[in-house]
Amino acid sequence: MSLVEFLQQLINGLSLGSVYALIALGYTMVYGIIGLINFAHCDVYMVGAYIGYFVATDLHLPFVPTLLVAMLGTAIAGVLIERIAYKPLRRSTNISLLITAIGVSLLLENGFNWLFGGNPRTYPHDILQQSNVELGPVHSDTLHLIILGTSLLLMILLQVVIYRTKIGKAMRATSTDKDAAELMGINVDTTISATFAIGSALAGAAGVLVAILYSSIDPYMGIQPGIKAFTAAVFGGIGLIPGAFVGGIILGVIETFVTAWYSQLSGAIGFIVLIIILIIKPSGLLGKKVSEKV
Amino acid sequence: MLKITNLNVYYGGIHALTDVNIEVNEGEIVTLIGANGAGKTSTLRAISGLVPIAGGTIEFEGKELNKVPAHKIPYLGISHVPEGRRIFANMSVAENLQLGAYCRKDKSNFEQDYNQVFEKFPRLKERMRQRAGTLSGGEQQMLAMGRALMARPKILLMDEPSMGLAPIIVEEIFSIIQDINKSGTTILLVEQNANMALSIANRAYVIETGRITLEGKASDLLKDESVKKAYLGG
Ligand SMILES: Nc1ncnc2c1ncn2[C@@H]1O[C@H](COP(=O)(O)OP(=O)(O)OP(=O)(O)O)[C@@H](O)[C@H]1O
Ligand SMILES: [Mg+2]
Repeated sequence: MSLVEFLQQLINGLSLGSVYALIALGYTMVYGIIGLINFAHCDVYMVGAYIGYFVATDLHLPFVPTLLVAMLGTAIAGVLIERIAYKPLRRSTNISLLITAIGVSLLLENGFNWLFGGNPRTYPHDILQQSNVELGPVHSDTLHLIILGTSLLLMILLQVVIYRTKIGKAMRATSTDKDAAELMGINVDTTISATFAIGSALAGAAGVLVAILYSSIDPYMGIQPGIKAFTAAVFGGIGLIPGAFVGGIILGVIETFVTAWYSQLSGAIGFIVLIIILIIKPSGLLGKKVSEKV
Repeated sequence: MLKITNLNVYYGGIHALTDVNIEVNEGEIVTLIGANGAGKTSTLRAISGLVPIAGGTIEFEGKELNKVPAHKIPYLGISHVPEGRRIFANMSVAENLQLGAYCRKDKSNFEQDYNQVFEKFPRLKERMRQRAGTLSGGEQQMLAMGRALMARPKILLMDEPSMGLAPIIVEEIFSIIQDINKSGTTILLVEQNANMALSIANRAYVIETGRITLEGKASDLLKDESVKKAYLGG
């Protein structure tokens, strides 16, 4: 592989990885705050892609408004899922919560299948003008760069929210100690809702971005990337925000390079890497005993 | 100021508090002493809304707290330094203090409040940027107290501030509690270290298996034979 080829693949890998990271953040934030592996998260990503589809085809909105509407819609969906399905179980065992999450996931997948049919729909390709970009000798395209740029921007925004705003402080406090957070005057219910809203909005954005990239959506489209993003979250250290970011990027890059070399392996490679990391470092790449959770 | 009337608390089938009556007047230090599992923490948690009240009432400045959710309690002027400190270990000392002021609407004299906390706890100042989890036990207790003071409470609930600390640090903490009281904050202090608690309190209650068995002036309880026997080591 030449240097130029290498750089091209790297850009593709970073852009795929940034999408995994966007989804992984939602898994990790929800895990950090209520200790739940939210199986329905990958379906929220699918919901985001569908909202984007309808907004773009029926309302003919351009890329940025489409993205924002999809994020708003998935934020609301995330809050509703938490309030209706998870909140009543807050004081019950983890296993009933987990089974509920699987139930919500199946409900969304089959519900969308029933509502909109199982056949893949073609995403409107005029939503983003695709053209080649030349960075010196390296060829890339606007699509990959926009995906990478949008994801990075959203992740920077997330950092600002978590470390600089009142709700961010409340989220971090709540994820460390709910009772102590209440004693500070933090409304834990609202804070958990905010966490679901933010995590779901990021997944919704990822849904739109990937749908544009592959120009096709279906009700089960969330499963594959969901598993990979979850892998990325565990790989980086579940519950750790920087872990989701690093895990997503690394997984995307590795997957892209391995696929270029031997495409049959693309599905399995994530898990191979995960297993190796977890054998060497069971708490994940960035995991420590006491670490920052949200 | 704070009036607890016939308070009952259950954990499932366990009757943790039975008809507890406690009153705290403005400006006082009142202590609640008792052995392990007597119900001291449960009493404070009931005031803060962290455990449901099965019977009786809790009133603060004439307002009933029974139905007030936990996160609204600090807004009324009640700060709680919980058992085991419960500081936010992943966050810096400064961030812990900021969270203490979370319930404050006027952030204008933030600097002044910081300075007041640092005056009382100079050791926290040097450790502003340090992760709270890396502080020593005594420093963590000071941070928990500083965090509670950032809310500018009218009443401070303290759950076993002496727990696990060396006698010299306990002395320091108790003298700071007296300072806090002198600058106008009412204090309800829960302790197993009855000797220390009775020596700084105005009045005291003794709790045994969920019931108040004795109450009176702290100086009287210090001389009481049954208290001496049970809580003061002879
Ligand atoms: N979450 C809970 N679930 C069940 N029982 C509880 C719970 N918390 C406290 N109890 C029980 O309630 C009783 C009173 O406990 P509490 O913590 O109020 O005692 P305490 O006086 O603070 O004791 P210590 O000095 O050991 O802190 C004990 O019998 C305890 O076992
Ligand atoms: Mg206790």
